[in-house]
Amino acid sequence: MENENYIIEMLNITKEFPGIVANDNITLRLKKGEIHALLGENGAGKSTLMSVLFGLYQPEKGEIRKNGEVVKINNPNDANDLGIGMVHQHFRLVEVFTVLENIILGVEPTKNGFLDMDQAREKVVDLSQRYGLKVDPDAVIEDISVGMQQRVEILKMLYRDNEILIFDEPTAVLTPQEIAELLQIMKDLANEGKSILFISHKLNEIMAVADRCTVLRKGKCMGTVEIKDTTKEELSRMMVGREVSLKVDKKESQPGEVVLSIRNMTVPSKIHKNNAVRDVSFDVRRGEIVCIAGIDGNGQTELVQALTGLEKMTSGQINLCGKDISKASIRQRSIAGISHIPEDRQKYGLVLDYTLEENLVLQRYWQPQFQNKGFIKFDEVRKYALRLIDKFDIRSGQGPITVVRSMSGGNQQKAIIAREMDKDHELLVAVQPTRGLDVGAIEYIHKMLVEGRDSGKAVLLVSLELDEVLNVSDRILVMYEGEIVGQLDPKETTDEELGLYMSGAKRDNVKEIYNAG
Amino acid sequence: MQDKNGMNSKTNEKKKFSEIKGFSSFTSALMAIVIGLLFGFIVMLLANPNNAVAGFRYVLLGGLGRFGDVLYFATPILMTGLSVAFAFKMGLFNIGASGQYTMGMFFALYVAFMFNLPPSIHWIVAILAGMIGGMLWGFIPGIFKSLLNVNEVITSIMTNYIGMYLVDMLIRSNEAMYIPSMTRTKYIPQHVQIRSLGIAGSNVNFGVIFAILIAIVLYIILQKTTFGYELKATGYNKYAAEYAGMNGKRNIILTMVIAGALSGLGGAFAILAPSEIIGSSMTYEPINVIAVNGFNGIAVALLGNSHPIGTIFSALFISYIQRGGTLASLVGYKPEIIDLVISVIIYFSAFAAIMSSALGRFITRRNKKEKIVSNTQSVGNIEADINNKEAEK
Repeated sequence: MENENYIIEMLNITKEFPGIVANDNITLRLKKGEIHALLGENGAGKSTLMSVLFGLYQPEKGEIRKNGEVVKINNPNDANDLGIGMVHQHFRLVEVFTVLENIILGVEPTKNGFLDMDQAREKVVDLSQRYGLKVDPDAVIEDISVGMQQRVEILKMLYRDNEILIFDEPTAVLTPQEIAELLQIMKDLANEGKSILFISHKLNEIMAVADRCTVLRKGKCMGTVEIKDTTKEELSRMMVGREVSLKVDKKESQPGEVVLSIRNMTVPSKIHKNNAVRDVSFDVRRGEIVCIAGIDGNGQTELVQALTGLEKMTSGQINLCGKDISKASIRQRSIAGISHIPEDRQKYGLVLDYTLEENLVLQRYWQPQFQNKGFIKFDEVRKYALRLIDKFDIRSGQGPITVVRSMSGGNQQKAIIAREMDKDHELLVAVQPTRGLDVGAIEYIHKMLVEGRDSGKAVLLVSLELDEVLNVSDRILVMYEGEIVGQLDPKETTDEELGLYMSGAKRDNVKEIYNAG
Repeated sequence: MQDKNGMNSKTNEKKKFSEIKGFSSFTSALMAIVIGLLFGFIVMLLANPNNAVAGFRYVLLGGLGRFGDVLYFATPILMTGLSVAFAFKMGLFNIGASGQYTMGMFFALYVAFMFNLPPSIHWIVAILAGMIGGMLWGFIPGIFKSLLNVNEVITSIMTNYIGMYLVDMLIRSNEAMYIPSMTRTKYIPQHVQIRSLGIAGSNVNFGVIFAILIAIVLYIILQKTTFGYELKATGYNKYAAEYAGMNGKRNIILTMVIAGALSGLGGAFAILAPSEIIGSSMTYEPINVIAVNGFNGIAVALLGNSHPIGTIFSALFISYIQRGGTLASLVGYKPEIIDLVISVIIYFSAFAAIMSSALGRFITRRNKKEKIVSNTQSVGNIEADINNKEAEK
């Protein structure tokens, strides 16, 4: 009776993997023309549920209905035939193809065996006008902005006449202005009768755009709520299962002497011919958290790699506690007092096939405490690991001998944080330390960063998350196209102002502050 | 209720699962062997149905009566196997074991013929010379890889040829070593030969004992030392090793030098082996052929899962089955049939990972029944898996 309202129903879906239930009796019903948010921490089962809908997995129990009729989705092609389309978090576009070529990829219109681009162009232009998706059909993907790439992904779904659109964490890569634009597009699409599933863990965005929200926690459905009847606090409680403070609790910073001073750093790019970091200068003092904000790919990665020694500078100078470390090796810099929580924790931060204890001594296995004449003192390693596991509350199946690959992302990150914070250091460089983590873990990591600051360390935080930038830092430096274009006080600035700097619309001359002094 | 069950069985199940994992990586090697042997049997059936059973019996059991020979022929491939396995732990593919092995032979021969040393130490110096020859030939790909980032596979293929032609040239032009009419080297003075173990009907000598001891030392280096820790870390994840400040360039050179030393020792052990017939010895024939024992080392290392102790057993196995294979010629089969069987075994042992995970899954599924554990951590892993899978697509 009520079925006629729902375009897609996933009823009592149970998906088991050996030993665990990833989706436990989950019911998700998508109404026609609504924006339905799917909220949950990492590991809550969102991806599994979407993979079931997309035909990548077959559920053990439960059924999927479209317009009230039971359907069987065996593979992504079936999903596509049913009008289900998805914008992935990481775009699936051919970089060297044009926008138009990407949109028609796989469903190319042909006339007598030859491509019929005119027909395709007409349809694409028509769609982009109808939904306000501004794109240039002839631009090559690698030349256009991330926001436009995302619009291409959306057009791909529309071109295939998909009615059910899944957006997987679509705002992670966008500036605040682009986010606002995307949310508006989503609303327009819904008004045109498309049904949207919006996967996210950002409560602000869900509150702003969604009609209803289904919350998952640990594989179970916590319920579906009407957005207009709920609050952010209630949603986060449903998601985490306890009260979480969305605000970072910290005292006023008490900056001391300069610990890190970078002057005129220039780093070449590996991707393009220009320099990734151009003539950057700044200081970080004891007892403050300086945050480098910016959209991904504006030179933050290269800046940190040059600072920690993974990458060479073409020019510039780095001083740590008054000592020139511009030419020091990675190990020497580590000994000099740099601790580094790397951007990609699985690629750089951990040897995934090593055990937890082996990973915890990754930065200090060579110290006399842990080795004697080249032989590792395994009992010392064990003792040390047990102490860190206890102190930093690292959870794992088998304690120190757990293979790190089998640990959850949050606990992997905790292991890195434990290792880097326990090591003697003056400067902590943390690059996107909360990426991909759940609210509980984020809260913990922010607390640790503030603790590090309060114990007199200098903290350099690189973040893409605006909330994190504004909440955690004591001072914000905005990076745009390899340069620092603004220095802001988090207490005085706003999302909008930060966004203007991040997108290059606004810039100050920060260089002079440092080069003069 | 489900949760309670889950909590109770969680630790048990974790333990069991890891046991299954270890168990199945061994069984999958066994499975590979069985499939390889079956395949060999089918080929024998096709080639000559009448003698297939008799021939297959030789393959399976022929090595039993020739235990000394099994050990003797296992020695060089154990050394080259260790060489490949050791480099592989660092993530390097040492395809140059053949060249290093040949250089080891030459250096050992040169010391044997050209040096005049007290008999008590002459053979030791010859062995060490072989090691140095191999080290030199491992150093070349190592330095190219670490300083110029030239792929070690390419350089070591070239060093294989350079080593082989160089050695053949040097031997042919050396009258003290070479007998042109017989296209082989002269017999090595008896005091330079490694002492025989005295098993009748076989040339087996102390070389095999040295080789096994070296395997154990390698195991200790890999498991207990900071060098082994760095080496494995680099092999698993070179980015993390770099991030942790490990000296990747130095470690690459060191690893290749050690790998070369192992192959070189293999060459020395092979060429300095005694002969049963008094007055004769092993000889080297400079006939422009790349030493096959180098490539057999790759097979040995793969079957032994690059583990030093596993390599001992895989070298013994391959040597054993080769002995049987040569006997199969008594009923009209070409010994190449054994090469075929070995390559099928290697092919299937390369599937070891897939087979072991499939086997593990099969067993857990059978054991599962009502054990349903809801554990966020594992859900997280699966989600990570899904993401990985998607990223691959």
